[in-house]
Amino acid sequence: MRRLLSLHALFVYLFLYLPILVIAALSFNEGRRGVRFTGFTLKWYQDLFQDPRVLEYLANTLVVASVSTLVSTVLGTLLALGLVRYRFPGKGLLRYLLYIPVVVPDVVMGISLLLLFAFSRELFGFPRLSLTTVILGHITFQVAFVTLVVRSRLLLLDPALEEAARDLGARGLKTFLYVTLPLAWPGVAAGALLALTLSLDDFVVTFFTAGPGATTLPLYIYSSVKLGVSPKVHALSTLVVGLSAFFLALGYALSRRRV
Amino acid sequence: MNEAATPAQRLLRVLVTVGPGGLWLLLFVLLPTLLVLLASFLSRGPYGELQGPLTLKNYARLLEAPYLEAFAESLLVGGLATLLSALLGYPLAFYIARHPRRDLLLFLLLLPFFTNFLIRVYAWLVLLQREGLVNALLQAFGLGPFAFYPSFFAVLLATVYTFLPFFVLPVYASVERIDWQLLEAAYDLGARPVRAFLHAVLPQTYPGLFAGSVLVFIPAMGTFVVADLLGAGRVVLIGNLIQQQFGLSRDWAFGAALSVFLMGFVLLALYLYARTQGERGLEELV
Repeated sequence: MRRLLSLHALFVYLFLYLPILVIAALSFNEGRRGVRFTGFTLKWYQDLFQDPRVLEYLANTLVVASVSTLVSTVLGTLLALGLVRYRFPGKGLLRYLLYIPVVVPDVVMGISLLLLFAFSRELFGFPRLSLTTVILGHITFQVAFVTLVVRSRLLLLDPALEEAARDLGARGLKTFLYVTLPLAWPGVAAGALLALTLSLDDFVVTFFTAGPGATTLPLYIYSSVKLGVSPKVHALSTLVVGLSAFFLALGYALSRRRV
Repeated sequence: MNEAATPAQRLLRVLVTVGPGGLWLLLFVLLPTLLVLLASFLSRGPYGELQGPLTLKNYARLLEAPYLEAFAESLLVGGLATLLSALLGYPLAFYIARHPRRDLLLFLLLLPFFTNFLIRVYAWLVLLQREGLVNALLQAFGLGPFAFYPSFFAVLLATVYTFLPFFVLPVYASVERIDWQLLEAAYDLGARPVRAFLHAVLPQTYPGLFAGSVLVFIPAMGTFVVADLLGAGRVVLIGNLIQQQFGLSRDWAFGAALSVFLMGFVLLALYLYARTQGERGLEELV
């Protein structure tokens, strides 16, 4: 029984990793087509880095990811704190609104933001679809995830620690900066890394909210894939996977730190 | 909590913490959702713009044959993907939960899951194409080549591949909480392994099974990317219909009605889930 279970697990892990490893191997393959390995080469990576558009898309992706992660981490951390510490009217509504970006299929999220921007443009003349609207869209789903991650961390904290700080004379902001934030830090960092990964990964919301000149790497991968399989996309995919793996490993290391 | 805080101070604290994020959710989550609902009752104007008066015709159109077929196909992909995820994921969750290095195994499960979704779909395109690895392996045994791509099979395979961790994680969480003494008790009472499993172990994992099913079924039904890339027009799901209406067809009103319909499905699934698992279950789901 146990051996059967190990065999099954081995099979599933192979299933999970084989496609990614094949792509990575093919990105170093000289041959353009097929899976026969005809020789080692770095030319697909050279091609990639010599393409000025790719660098522009990379810059766009990084701008969107860094700005949206920064904003959503601040908003989400504060929101989580408010939800955990205070009672106020509308709290129930906010909790439901937090779940919407998490459970709704992203195509629905994408078109609803597109509709919002279209209505707003009709009424107020802005915003034009651009990198800005992409950032607004990313923040929207990121805020939900950051809030949920930070909230679960805050729920683990002992409220007595904050009370102690107040008894010792610390004001609201001081308690937050010197006690709450350091204690919640692993949650905040994990939330930020999750937000960053989600932004780097997002295709659908970007697809609906991007205007001309706002191409990101996932949009570029999509249009290249539509044109056919190419070793250049293998190379780009390998780089992106490597980058994501790095961020996830960082998050994993942080999350292993105890409360 | 703090007696010293005056009502004004408390109000200020709520405004500072909840204010910005709350406002964001109202503006970018609640308002757009209401706009989709509104748009679904409007019509397509001559230039693709939305115009009044309010009408139900978009919803009437949902009942036409090609759309019903897409719904049926979405249900089929969602259902089969959930079933296959259960076959692959359920035993895996037990293996991980009882493994001494389960942290590492969980991490390895999540690693591909956190790498770009498009790339994972693309990887299957590469594997399943005519000169791909799968055909190369089959040809070594004198079989094929087969036209695996584009096809329903390719769509299903990639869907399972991309959403499998969604199934394993909640099942894993419930396996971790299993009270194994019940299994021993079942053996003591003379149950044989299969019967003991069915009565003493399986019911304890129902919450995880339900959660995993909801988490695979909803995105599997809702995505358009997998069917778009691996079905290449042969597999049309609700998500593809929505994307078409907001893209080429430029009938936003009908696209909005399709979205409302899909949302309705999602909410129904979540409602059923909450009914069986309680609201705490819903929170754990997220």
